[in-house]
Amino acid sequence: MTLDDVLDAISAAFLVLGGVLSVAAGVGLVRFNDALTRLHAATKPQILGLMFILAAIALEDRNWSTLLVLAPVLVFQALTAPISAHMVGRAGYRTGNFRGDQLVTDELDDAIERASKETGP
Amino acid sequence: MIDGILYVVAGVLFGAGALLALYRVVRGPSILDRMIASDVLLTTLMLVVGAEMVVNGHTRNVPLMLVLSAVAIFATVAVARYVSKQDRAKDAPLDPARKDADS
Repeated sequence: MTLDDVLDAISAAFLVLGGVLSVAAGVGLVRFNDALTRLHAATKPQILGLMFILAAIALEDRNWSTLLVLAPVLVFQALTAPISAHMVGRAGYRTGNFRGDQLVTDELDDAIERASKETGP
Repeated sequence: MIDGILYVVAGVLFGAGALLALYRVVRGPSILDRMIASDVLLTTLMLVVGAEMVVNGHTRNVPLMLVLSAVAIFATVAVARYVSKQDRAKDAPLDPARKDADS
C-alpha cells in the first residue's frame, strides 16, 4: 500500500462521485415536472461533477503541467454555464413553461406590469 | 484491485445518467426541456471523456474537454433565443391569474 496506490484509489473514488452527480441530474430531469426545476437539476454535474473529474485526472497524472491545462476547462465551464442557464430560464418564463401554482413569489411579473404601464401596451 | 471495482461502478453511474437524460430528450414535452436534457447529455459526455483518461492513464484528450466546455453554450443559447410562444407545454398550464408576458 504505497502512496501511489492511495492516490489512485482516491481518484477512482472521485470518478464515482462524478457519476453519482450525473445520475442525480438524470433523476431530477425525469422526476421534476417543470422546465425551470429541471434546469436546476441539470446544473448539478456541470460544475461540481466537472470539478470531481478534473481532480481525478490531476491525482492520477500527478504533474503540474497537467494541472495548468486542466484549470481553463473549469474556468470556461464556470463562465458559460450561468449564461446558458439564464437564457433558458428567461425563455421558459416568457413561454409560460412553468407551474405558476408552485411559485412562492413572482417579482418579474410585477416588473413587467410596471414597465408596460409606463410605456403603454 | 479496488480501482477496477470503482471504475466499473463509475461507468455504470455515467451510463444511467445518460440514459435518464435521453429519456427526457425523447419525452419532451417542450423544446426547452429537450434542450436542457441535451445539455446534460453533453456534460455527461465531457465527464466520460475525462473518466476514460483516468482509466487508461493518459492525458491526450484534455483539449477535447476544453473545447467541449467552451462550446456547449452555443446550442443552448441559440435554441433559447428562438423559442416561440406556440411551444407551450401541454401538461404545464399557465397560471390563470397571470397575463401574457409578451411586452
